[in-house]
Amino acid sequence: MPTETNFLVPTSYYIILSAILFALGVLGVLARRNAILIFMSIELMLNAANLAFVAFARSLINLDGQVFVFFVMTVAAAEVAVGLALIVAIFRSKKSIDIDELHSMEG
Amino acid sequence: MIGTILFLALAVIAVLAAVGMLTSTNAVHAALFLVINFACIALFYLGLGAPFLAMVQVTVYAGAIMVLFLFVIMLLGAERVSITSRLNWQIPVAAILTVALIGVTAFILFSPQVGTNLPVINTAEAPTSNTETGFEYGSPQSVGALLFNLYLLPFELTGVLLLVAMVGAIVLTRDEGKTPAGKRRRAEVVAEAEKVSGD
Repeated sequence: MPTETNFLVPTSYYIILSAILFALGVLGVLARRNAILIFMSIELMLNAANLAFVAFARSLINLDGQVFVFFVMTVAAAEVAVGLALIVAIFRSKKSIDIDELHSMEG
Repeated sequence: MIGTILFLALAVIAVLAAVGMLTSTNAVHAALFLVINFACIALFYLGLGAPFLAMVQVTVYAGAIMVLFLFVIMLLGAERVSITSRLNWQIPVAAILTVALIGVTAFILFSPQVGTNLPVINTAEAPTSNTETGFEYGSPQSVGALLFNLYLLPFELTGVLLLVAMVGAIVLTRDEGKTPAGKRRRAEVVAEAEKVSGD
């Protein structure tokens, strides 16, 4: 059985990966017009931040980072529920989820 | 060595899945690419000594949130509409800004003043199996011991938050008789009430 040191990856690798995923999420939010796809990019950004949290928690041998990731997942789930309900309600009245057409508060 | 190879393979898959989600023209394909990304991140959690979080990630993110996304995509008929983009100048600007973000992060990470001097970034030790509570690092027992002792108030608050979110989602999608199906349902309920009161 291999020793544990064979599987350890420096924390900076995880932070770089987290930064890349976060930047891809930002690109998705900026360059998409469909509201649901913007939501999915936001979830990608949250996951990138979670990865950074867990990497630092492992590096500092502290479990607080993992507890915080737990809370972030809970808040993300609540946000997705309300956000998708909002999108459904908007679609009912405007028949479109294109954010370029959602520029007025009437209706 | 093996760990670095595994990490690089998973990282490539995760980044390719994210790029696939961004560039896909079909909303369902984008959701499925995101599920692949979430599964990769769950495997990263396993490698980082967080088995409880890995299972929570699979259960909550890939199992509940993405299913909710797929429900709404199917409900709104977004899978039938191919996503064509009318954005002309926003996409190159977004790409430039994204590259700038990665560049600034890499600069800070590799700068001698801040980044490479931080011992927390360059080294990684295996977490010892004895934390204060005596449970293994990252196991449900140790995370739960922290969650219910030190972080009890945020835990209860997230419970209230979930309740509020549930009530909010129901209120937002409530039909007040404006759609044809709502009018029909309302007429049926009124007819039933009249029949009962007339008996």
